Amino acid sequence: MKTIQELEEIRKKTLDTINVRKDRSGTRIVVGMATCGIAAGARPVLLAIMDEIKKHDLSDVVVAQTGCIGMCRLEPIVEVYRPGEEKVTYVKVNPSKAIRIVNEHIMKGKVVEGYTIGAESK
Amino acid sequence: MEMYRSHVMICRGTGCTSSNSEQIAKNFEEEIKKHGLEKEVVVERTGCFGLCALGPVVIVYPEASFYSLVKPEDVEEIVKEHLVKGRVVKRLLYAESVEENKLKALEEVDFFKKQVRVALRNCGVINPENIDEYIAFDGYKALEKVLTEMTPAEVIDTVKKSGLRGRGGAGFPTGMKWDFASRSVNDQKYVLCNADEGDPGAFMDRSVLEGDPHSILEAMTIAGYAIGAGQGYIYCRAEYPIAVKRLGIAIGQARQYGLLGDNIMGTGFKFDIELRLGAGAFVCGEETALMASIEGQRGMPRPRPPFPANKGLFAKPTILNNVETYANIPVIFNKGPEWFASMGTEKSKGTKVFALGGKINNTGLVEIPMGTTLREVIYEIGGGCPNGKKFKAVQTGGPSGGCIPEEHLDTPIDYESLASLGSIIGSGGMIVMDEDNCMVDIARFFMDFIVDESCGKCTPCREGTKRMLEILERITEGKGEEEDIEKLENLAMNIKNSALCGLGQTAPNPVLSTIKYFRNEYEAHIKEKRCPAGVCNELLNYMIMADKCKGCGICAKNCPQQCISGQPKTPYTIDSSKCIKCGVCMSKCPFKAITRK
Repeated sequence: MKTIQELEEIRKKTLDTINVRKDRSGTRIVVGMATCGIAAGARPVLLAIMDEIKKHDLSDVVVAQTGCIGMCRLEPIVEVYRPGEEKVTYVKVNPSKAIRIVNEHIMKGKVVEGYTIGAESK
Repeated sequence: MEMYRSHVMICRGTGCTSSNSEQIAKNFEEEIKKHGLEKEVVVERTGCFGLCALGPVVIVYPEASFYSLVKPEDVEEIVKEHLVKGRVVKRLLYAESVEENKLKALEEVDFFKKQVRVALRNCGVINPENIDEYIAFDGYKALEKVLTEMTPAEVIDTVKKSGLRGRGGAGFPTGMKWDFASRSVNDQKYVLCNADEGDPGAFMDRSVLEGDPHSILEAMTIAGYAIGAGQGYIYCRAEYPIAVKRLGIAIGQARQYGLLGDNIMGTGFKFDIELRLGAGAFVCGEETALMASIEGQRGMPRPRPPFPANKGLFAKPTILNNVETYANIPVIFNKGPEWFASMGTEKSKGTKVFALGGKINNTGLVEIPMGTTLREVIYEIGGGCPNGKKFKAVQTGGPSGGCIPEEHLDTPIDYESLASLGSIIGSGGMIVMDEDNCMVDIARFFMDFIVDESCGKCTPCREGTKRMLEILERITEGKGEEEDIEKLENLAMNIKNSALCGLGQTAPNPVLSTIKYFRNEYEAHIKEKRCPAGVCNELLNYMIMADKCKGCGICAKNCPQQCISGQPKTPYTIDSSKCIKCGVCMSKCPFKAITRK
């Protein structure tokens, strides 16, 4: 028999994993996954982001893919959309940068300026 | 559960399953594995999304891309393009969901825009065979609240306050039904669920059972607590194999989690549910016949009183509610009765699911707030009649309901207003008819159904409906007599007033409503021996149009009666006295020179 506490735990744990089907109000992390992105190593980046989200048990964060944004030389590109904030575009991301982005930007709301497209073009 | 970035939801309701959605699901799993995505993407089999006309339907989250009419061979492309590269496969998207090359949110699509999914909240969203997913979207939360914070009287009061009325047809206030049963004193009481959906063209309950079986179990357990019952039965027709299978799985999972059984959630409350399968008799949807059938007797109604709330199943106090009624219960407790009562009209609260069928573009399942007009449902959600045909009538409520013509389309849908038009909401079947449908033929169809399904216990239904059918058949065969309409009306009133159960009492409705609104069609059949819609075969004549006939003789060669004659290269003629109206000549003519009038 499951107690009420156990049911609540199941509810929370499962909701984290299936919430992408209902709630689209949370943060969205979009990874460029066209041929250029994949060739530049977008898949390990994507996996690193997912691992990190799972590790920290982050709910209402959605990881999505998108096609070619047109700046193939800057791939892998990761865009972060947070409700009520401007989109932030990170370029030349690798798994370790991705982990930092999740830890600082997604969890603490602090944009990792050094990795953004603005820093790159300077 | 594992965390996945993308969820591929594949409809495994009856509609999509019959167009091969299981193969599609298997192909997805295979392709995903082939591309090494099995840690990122999960394939879930789910319930009905509602847009059955465009099945098989696949929705890919997080984008909520709505793929329609998917074939197993399309899967490779979706996986390669969408799941690997993140490029939505536009050619397979439901056309309505794309605007200016951008994907619209599902809620913005015309078909979904006016809908409010309460009873169908989880259909197409969760995997119905996984109790955890039901729990995640507030499943069993209402039961928890009821068992730990509320008294049975408060539970009944909440249902009363919500204004919920029975969704099976009669529209009896649910809270009142529970109240009556709770006041009956007995050591054993029963909670029943009527899942014997039998109206032709109706599949609301099937979709709820297939897509969200746990919501029914939760609601029945709440009902058990409210009236003091320890045992529930779901009476489901055996023709719903997927629903039966998923209910079985759900009951097993609920028992395992202690959500059914001797000590539910550790509160000491005891309740269990068993499945009973019906053999597909329409009359077993009637409450007293249903109970007789569960008891193992022949499914026949008995007079009331005594009402089931006092003497029901095995002569114990019993409540019986329809599937959709139950599906609303957990939400009423989670969101509050005031929330539920804020939707709908003064006397009809909440939402209602309708199964749209017949001559309509978007065949499928829709859930709308009560008070939405028929026009909104048929045109804005249903997309109107296909092929530019003109709308003629909508049949609501199945064999117990009636036909509503164009001039009443702006009527808001609620129990009272449809009844005032001579129809009923019924369980929610909505069959749309266009100019090609003959209303006399429709009335004959429903009467034929009733004659088949009448149990034979009471004379008015057994004999009366048979006589009505004979008259209708006569009219459609061109042998109608002047006084037939009056005879039909007379029989109808007698059957309505004297039949034993709801089946007989409402059986004349399709005939009465078509006479009321389409009397001219009856008269055309009877007086002019003509079927204006061109449906009734005996009233049609095949003719060759001399100006189009090239005299090839193909029709004459194919005519089984050899009643077409003529000389090559001159127009042929049909001898109507020998013609058996088989239509072969018409289908064989290469010049479309044969008409049927």
